[in-house]
Amino acid sequence: MEQSTQQFTGAEILIRCLHEENVDFVFGYPGGAVLNIYDAIFHQDKFKHILVRHEQAALHAADAYSRSTGRVGVALVTSGPGATNAITGIATAYMDSIPMVIISGQVPTYAIGEDAFQECDTVGITRPCVKHNFLVKDVKDIAATMKKAFYVANSGRPGPVLVDIPKDITAHLHTFEYPENVQLRSYNPVTKGHLGQIKKALKLLAEAKRPMVYSGGGVVLGDASEHLIKLIQALNIPITSTLMGLGGFPASDKNFLGMLGMHGTYEANMAMQECDVLLAVGSRFDDRVIGNTEHFLSNPRTIIHIDIDPSSISKRVKIDVPIVGDVKSVLTDMNDLIATEKPVQNTAALADWFKQIEEWRGKKCLTYAQSTEFIKPQYVIQKLHEVTKGDAFVTSDVGQHQMWAAQYYPFDKPRRWINSGGLGTMGVGLPYAMGVQFAHPEAQVACVTGEGSIQMNIQELSTCLQYNLPIKVILLNNRYLGMVRQWQEFFYENRYAESYMESLPDFVKLAEAYGHVGMRIENPSDVEGALAEAFSPKLKDRFVFMNFLTDQKENVFPMIPGGKGLSEMILAENL
Amino acid sequence: MTHHTSRHIISLLMENEAGALSRVAGLFSARGYNIESLTVAVTEDPTLSRMTIVTSGSEAVIEQIIKQLNKLIDVVKVLDLNDGKFIERELMLVKVKATGVFREEMKRMCDIFRGRIIDVADGSFTIELTGSGNKLDAFIESLDKAAILETVRTGASGIGRGDRILKV
Repeated sequence: MEQSTQQFTGAEILIRCLHEENVDFVFGYPGGAVLNIYDAIFHQDKFKHILVRHEQAALHAADAYSRSTGRVGVALVTSGPGATNAITGIATAYMDSIPMVIISGQVPTYAIGEDAFQECDTVGITRPCVKHNFLVKDVKDIAATMKKAFYVANSGRPGPVLVDIPKDITAHLHTFEYPENVQLRSYNPVTKGHLGQIKKALKLLAEAKRPMVYSGGGVVLGDASEHLIKLIQALNIPITSTLMGLGGFPASDKNFLGMLGMHGTYEANMAMQECDVLLAVGSRFDDRVIGNTEHFLSNPRTIIHIDIDPSSISKRVKIDVPIVGDVKSVLTDMNDLIATEKPVQNTAALADWFKQIEEWRGKKCLTYAQSTEFIKPQYVIQKLHEVTKGDAFVTSDVGQHQMWAAQYYPFDKPRRWINSGGLGTMGVGLPYAMGVQFAHPEAQVACVTGEGSIQMNIQELSTCLQYNLPIKVILLNNRYLGMVRQWQEFFYENRYAESYMESLPDFVKLAEAYGHVGMRIENPSDVEGALAEAFSPKLKDRFVFMNFLTDQKENVFPMIPGGKGLSEMILAENL
Repeated sequence: MTHHTSRHIISLLMENEAGALSRVAGLFSARGYNIESLTVAVTEDPTLSRMTIVTSGSEAVIEQIIKQLNKLIDVVKVLDLNDGKFIERELMLVKVKATGVFREEMKRMCDIFRGRIIDVADGSFTIELTGSGNKLDAFIESLDKAAILETVRTGASGIGRGDRILKV
């Protein structure tokens, strides 16, 4: 009784909700509308608040915390500009289905709609880029709303949920009781796949002459990696992965054909185009993945699609055997069926199929011309892989360096490759590395970036100093907005409109100004040594900013030009 | 997938909460779906609102619309009325000129279409007419354009026939 009659402020109630959810990090930035909440944070030590230098970084860091752990990421921002600065981070998480709870301050309820200082319609502005959002108008609703927010964010197809709380509500008093359960009559995500459909899918896969598996971010988010490995081993099927799915299946496995899509491998894209039965697992036939839809469909194949989100099925490509359900649950059922039914496979056809795949593999499409004069960006990534023994968490920004990291750093474990695949947000790399390093303080965390992207959230070097984050920044500095330059070279007759980066800062001095270690590497022969030093025990506890001056004209290959089909790749010149 | 476009009436029940309507309206504009009309009001259960959306698209687009609507957290149930038999009604108020020869003519047209004159003034009548969208269109077509002063339509409401019931 004593517990239930004790009065707390709305802010204290909010903090208690976060304690109930076992939140260990909140990434945020204070401001007027959230002062009561920050005062309540001051009085607690169950979770750690991380003070970023810009709200966008708070969102990205919380997002990467989630990507690397599977837990809900939590961010806290103030009203008005605090909330609008957070939008890019929210949209980034939304596009990649990352579970997050974002708490935003709002002007007091009596001032809403009066164009008050630092007022904006946060619920309205975020509506198209959240899974759901709430405006809390009564202190007694805070606990139930927070419970719903965490539940919605982390169930079904995950996503960010925003809770907007007016300042007066955080001062009002109420008792605290955190609901045990949450019931939403309008929201009951399906988890178990239809067994009849699963049987049908298995039969198709077993009888296929040219079967293929295409896995996506859903395998990583759904923690279904082991189950996917088991399936591939049982049926011995070739498998490719989307950018978001990398690590969901070990890249070093013989059945893995590498990433597919716009910058996918020759063998992955060809096999995807030529297969007769395709199993898509937690992937969504994105435009960057299958290229031109009509071209993709010009080769008939039977498509099975496992996805937790019914709206992902038959969105861009008609699916023959849809299976709505949690990827892990469906793969478990499928593996159980294989164990009991021991399906007979067309082994002769399968052998021919692998022979064909080996032929495609023989192209060695990721070969690049090594140079003694210029540092090849691909070489830096390969050496990074060697030096970190393939065991680092690698975050990236967006552009050429992102594709090279995806191509040349083979990931064997899920949740190690952290990047913005859907929204393609430049500037995520450094705050992503922060979120990962907080979640895994002992791990090696490398941020592969470009000189364009890194400058979009460069202020976070200060946050990294405050919390002594031993991140290693691998800047592939080609003095160009490389991916833009590449498209201009191919499709705009070398008219490099605004893609050259002039007046770059001295990154070594910049890193040093923020109290970090800076390195400038200009010669190919120095690449390995510099990386080894950065990851050596000597610098293990230091933030190291490595500025690699790379070949300015290097392009990402293979490449499927926009509007072209999977088998219409441009390969590197020497291939 | 067929690319043939057809008109569909979608009924849905959603939580009667602030912002629910804009979630639906926002979904249609964000994804480029058509809205011919959209009506919404609270049901006999005050926690639920019922919405009728008239839209058009290919089968694939309609399938996506239904799935995307179901995905909205506030949406409790969605029914494509075109999947079975249904009744559609819309209310229209038309203010028409009612002077000289028009006065008798308007009364007659109103009777033919089973409308009701609900306001009479010196120079005008206001006619209330209920029916399917087609019927309302037909009424407008049959009037002399010069006689129409003002029209207002509610947009269609729909309900399944017989045992087809949309309820929580």
